[in-house]
Amino acid sequence: MRLEPKPAPSIGVTLLFPVAAIAATLLFTSLLVLAAGASPLSVFYLVAKGAAGSQFALFETLTRATPLIFTGLAVAVAFRAKLWNIGAEAQLYIGGVVTVVLGTGALPLPAPILIPVIIIAVMLAGGLLLLGPAVLKTRFGVDEVVTTLLLNFIVLLFVSMLLEGVLKDPMGLGWPQSQKVIADAQLPRIIQGKRLHYGFVIAIVSAIVVWVIMKKTVLGYEMRAVGHNPEGARFVGIPVNRVLMKTALLSGGLAALAGFSEVSGLKGNLTLDLSPGYGYSGIVVAMLAMLNPLGVIASAIFVAGIFVGADAMSRVAKVPSYIADVMVATSLLTMVVAILLTRFRVRWR
Amino acid sequence: MDALEILFTASFWVAAIRIASPLIFATMGELICERAGVLNLGIEGIMTAGAFAGWFTVYAGGDLWTGVLVAALAGGLFGLLHATLTVPLGLSQHVVGIGVTLLATSLTYFTYRLALPEVTSPPKIEPFQPLPIPGLSKLPVLGEALFSQTPLTYLAFVTVAVVAWVLYRTPLGLAVRAAGENPSAVEAQGISVTGIRMGAVVVGSALMAVGGAFLTMSAFNSFFFEMINGRGWICIALVVFGSWRPGKALLGAILFAAFDAYQVRLQQMSGGIVPYQVFLMMPYALSILALILVARRATYPKALMIPYQKGER
Repeated sequence: MRLEPKPAPSIGVTLLFPVAAIAATLLFTSLLVLAAGASPLSVFYLVAKGAAGSQFALFETLTRATPLIFTGLAVAVAFRAKLWNIGAEAQLYIGGVVTVVLGTGALPLPAPILIPVIIIAVMLAGGLLLLGPAVLKTRFGVDEVVTTLLLNFIVLLFVSMLLEGVLKDPMGLGWPQSQKVIADAQLPRIIQGKRLHYGFVIAIVSAIVVWVIMKKTVLGYEMRAVGHNPEGARFVGIPVNRVLMKTALLSGGLAALAGFSEVSGLKGNLTLDLSPGYGYSGIVVAMLAMLNPLGVIASAIFVAGIFVGADAMSRVAKVPSYIADVMVATSLLTMVVAILLTRFRVRWR
Repeated sequence: MDALEILFTASFWVAAIRIASPLIFATMGELICERAGVLNLGIEGIMTAGAFAGWFTVYAGGDLWTGVLVAALAGGLFGLLHATLTVPLGLSQHVVGIGVTLLATSLTYFTYRLALPEVTSPPKIEPFQPLPIPGLSKLPVLGEALFSQTPLTYLAFVTVAVVAWVLYRTPLGLAVRAAGENPSAVEAQGISVTGIRMGAVVVGSALMAVGGAFLTMSAFNSFFFEMINGRGWICIALVVFGSWRPGKALLGAILFAAFDAYQVRLQQMSGGIVPYQVFLMMPYALSILALILVARRATYPKALMIPYQKGER
């Protein structure tokens, strides 16, 4: 068999394959639901209801989408330049660390100054964490996939060390958790009494800013060129290594914002379960959005909806909530195939 | 005991070889894939699936070797998925690999919860027992370290020999190596690059799964979440460190495992002055360090990560 590029696909075809991808994902997960002895239709209904069936559910989904938008953007930016950042999880935790280091009273500043200061510091820390693997890639040719993956484990252990050491909350009854951030370092709730916080707004603004950077600036153009064809980019005079450094700083910074927003907007303090794998889910979010920064918002809400809905579903039906992770992983694989099939025709012979 | 004396005790080397065994299987698996030109980032998830599949087979009443076989089959199946998407369809090996890891891991956890809904502590099985080899096991230090292990450890060493022999001494091995270096040359011989690469990924993934199964069926006796704990990623580093050669990769795995066993003992000796997390970080940090050391002279298979389309240059 071989693949032949299609002439510009029509709107119908462009939509057909992603829809087929979702159908295939549902079909596959239906089999698992059947294996669990439940009815797929009622389970999917419960997931949808749990994700968007009430005002509470919707707010919960948007709250869960917030860190995913940040990590999704981080991955989208990096992958566009073919910088394989699989370390968003580590960058997220570093963002959380910087937030509690600066936000628990070390800087007695009013909120309008303190929060921007923390944001800048958080982004810098996350960016520097990814700069390491990026430098190793450009200077020594060390594959950044492995280094960013390994850093996830190192950073989590580092956070664990801090939470049992210098950052440990003396009033925490022995639990490895940090102190709560002070009121001035907290992101307020958007609506009183709901968990949705201004981190969501920052996430949306970030997506728009990243979209502008990618589409309207020289840096964005250079990043796309480097990702598309590094040799060609170098040939036309683009400083490939420098572009990769900037990409790393931006990508790592965005992922770190996820940690900041979770600590400052939702949890209040840093614990070792701050992220149930948001860094890895960010890869799925970015791919579902075809690396489009604005698309990341929609796909993050979609992925968050599956997680929130599955949590609600598993409380009622006897289907493990891990079905959500299966759905998300399956949709990643079906979607990359769908995107391929919109662009290429498979010829058997 | 002195920090250096540890190195000369038999129990230390027994532990090192035990720690090395799952890494040896998975490193050989990854090495086969990469020699054929495919980076398999599904390794971490495939090891998780293998660890569960093997353990669960035994828990459900199968015997140990059936468990190993089921683990290998499960790994091969995920390998087939990976290969189908990356070889004939030529999709990004990074994205597909991460996708396979996420899928294999989540499917494993889903199945575990489904099969054992209410357990709080994972049930145990009767794992592989040490099988001292008559005569050889009586050698000082070496006998205990190498010849008093479980059958799965012996299998790991046999695997290295078989992989090395096939890769360097058979036409099939030549085709695999050429598929990773110069695929059009393979096609010119009338051999299908697609077939070779897919076969390599399936077999390699089966080995990764057996590596995972070693943990639940030989090193420990039960399955728990996140038990692979980055071992898959470490194996990818070991392949680079071993410059894609089975013998060197084996040496790397043993060196790494010795270091890992050593840090555990240092941790016990340090008496809590240094936070234990520092010791736990060492294996990962060491892997990164090893990558940096060899990166300059690393010679990747030339067609690694480059999809092949027949008739295209």
